[in-house]
Amino acid sequence: MESINDQKNYKKNIKAYHPKTNYFINCLKAFLVGGFICFLGQCIESFYLAVTNFNEKTVGNPTVATLILISSLLTGFGVYDKIGQFAGAGSLIPVTGFANSITSAALEHKSEGIVLGIATNLFKLAGAVIVFGVVSAAVFGIIRLTINNLLG
Amino acid sequence: MEFLWAFVIGGLICVVGQLLLDLFKLTPAHVIVSFVVIGAFLDSFGLYDKLIEFAGAGATIPITSFGHSLLHGAMAEADQHGYIGIAIGTFSLTSAGITSAILFGFLVALIFKPKG
Amino acid sequence: MKIGKQSWRFSNDVYLTSTGTTSGPLEAKGPLGTNFDKTYANLHCGEKNWEAAERKLMRDAIDICLKNVNKKPEDIDFFMAGDLLNQVVTSNIIASEHQIPHLGMFGACSTSMQTLALASQFVDSGFADSVVTAVSSHNATAERQFRYPTEYGGPKPKTATFTVTGAGASMVSREPSKIKITEATIGRVMDWGINDANDMGSAMAPAAADTIETHLADTGRQPEDYDMIATGDLSSVGSPILRELLWERGIDINGVHQDCGLMLFSPDQPVFAGGSGAACSAIVTYSYIANQLREGKLRRVLIVATGALHNPTIIYQKQSIPCIAHGVVLESTVGGE
Repeated sequence: MESINDQKNYKKNIKAYHPKTNYFINCLKAFLVGGFICFLGQCIESFYLAVTNFNEKTVGNPTVATLILISSLLTGFGVYDKIGQFAGAGSLIPVTGFANSITSAALEHKSEGIVLGIATNLFKLAGAVIVFGVVSAAVFGIIRLTINNLLG
Repeated sequence: MEFLWAFVIGGLICVVGQLLLDLFKLTPAHVIVSFVVIGAFLDSFGLYDKLIEFAGAGATIPITSFGHSLLHGAMAEADQHGYIGIAIGTFSLTSAGITSAILFGFLVALIFKPKG
Repeated sequence: MKIGKQSWRFSNDVYLTSTGTTSGPLEAKGPLGTNFDKTYANLHCGEKNWEAAERKLMRDAIDICLKNVNKKPEDIDFFMAGDLLNQVVTSNIIASEHQIPHLGMFGACSTSMQTLALASQFVDSGFADSVVTAVSSHNATAERQFRYPTEYGGPKPKTATFTVTGAGASMVSREPSKIKITEATIGRVMDWGINDANDMGSAMAPAAADTIETHLADTGRQPEDYDMIATGDLSSVGSPILRELLWERGIDINGVHQDCGLMLFSPDQPVFAGGSGAACSAIVTYSYIANQLREGKLRRVLIVATGALHNPTIIYQKQSIPCIAHGVVLESTVGGE
């Protein structure tokens, strides 16, 4: 029987004391909320396709912008963090989570001023997404282009 | 049908994210970053476009789509301008998303107060 | 005077002359809500930002504490205070307002007992006639400094704790009251390799175990000699670990152990594993526990405030969390054997 006073293996032995994660319920919540946000996106997309002259290729722009607006407002009203705690990845992975990370950081630092607070901290959390997005796009892009060139 | 597939595929992508959080104990930031990279990676093989064709918003709304759009824009310009095109085109398709996120984030921060 | 390895027994009569507590909305709705002197229905406490709100909580707690015994700041010799914000800035600003000579202290969530132990020692040794201590924490200021912006939707694991919004102040002097401060045990820093800031209960349990074990050895007492041994903020994760750690060392505290972070909230409140923060142990000790001592319902209690002494930088650098626990013994003077 292992002793919990064993300092070297403490980190391992205390796992038994941690609350169990309910993987199924967490995944179900993520599925439902994440699915719903995408479903909402599909509705908005259909609306713009029917009412405006955006086409299949360009309709993503107003759709994403609308979802971002909704998410920013929900963040402002103090609702999005509660959805996030409930839904986990369900509200983290959609583009609304990206907007929430920007708005929440900006809002939190409001008390430090508009320039040094809001503007400086806007990308505090979302910056990583853009950095990795751009770097990975460049890497994959260069590889693909090089292969294309080599193959003629 | 497209509404159902948007729901199911979008939901399943989020389930993968949830498993990364729960099983691999990744932080939210690490999960999102991984998804962006995966999106760009899948686009390298043209796979992500197939997913969008099938699932519509179910594939364009998750953040994976951001990585895909970055690479897509980069490759479109690269076809014309070669390597420098990658730099020119990276943000061309994601401009609306980033601009609106900055703008709305800024405006909401001006108007609202954090609720805690 | 010093007893044993790292404990003090006060030679003179040192009293917890007065206390003052303030809390935020969620704490007020919890089981101990009616014990607090003043509660706020809003996290902003009527101030324009979170940091100002935290200062208001501390300012009010000190005002109430002094008012209870008709004292003015000029009557007090020293002020010992700490909080969780960088450079204990809340305490520093409060100290600039009331102009009591100030010793800022940082022991994270153990600051409440750190200040109380030292204040008692000052009074006991005659280096002060009266000392006011204060600690504060605020959920939103702590979230923003240690974790994410308050409105960020990233989910937290179940082992996370919830920073208590509130402040506790106490006045220590030789003026008799119904609560006597008799002993204190200064803790050693324990680091058993936990580097997850969302699991501070596990990280702090060894520090609490060490302090309790040493305290009992130093004083020659048994757990049964106490009506309550209350830890600060070990939460529902750290509390059973602490009991098991001590059980294996032949000390059974199961019958007397309580955790302030668990006492503060009812199980249905959204606080994850339980409350934490500098105010956690303070507002429980200076309200509910103090009231019980004043009524004689508790005779002798050991408060072990636990603190995780990390900052966000070392967490990102994967450094494990150094933790500490300080214990103070409070005894009721009501009735008597």
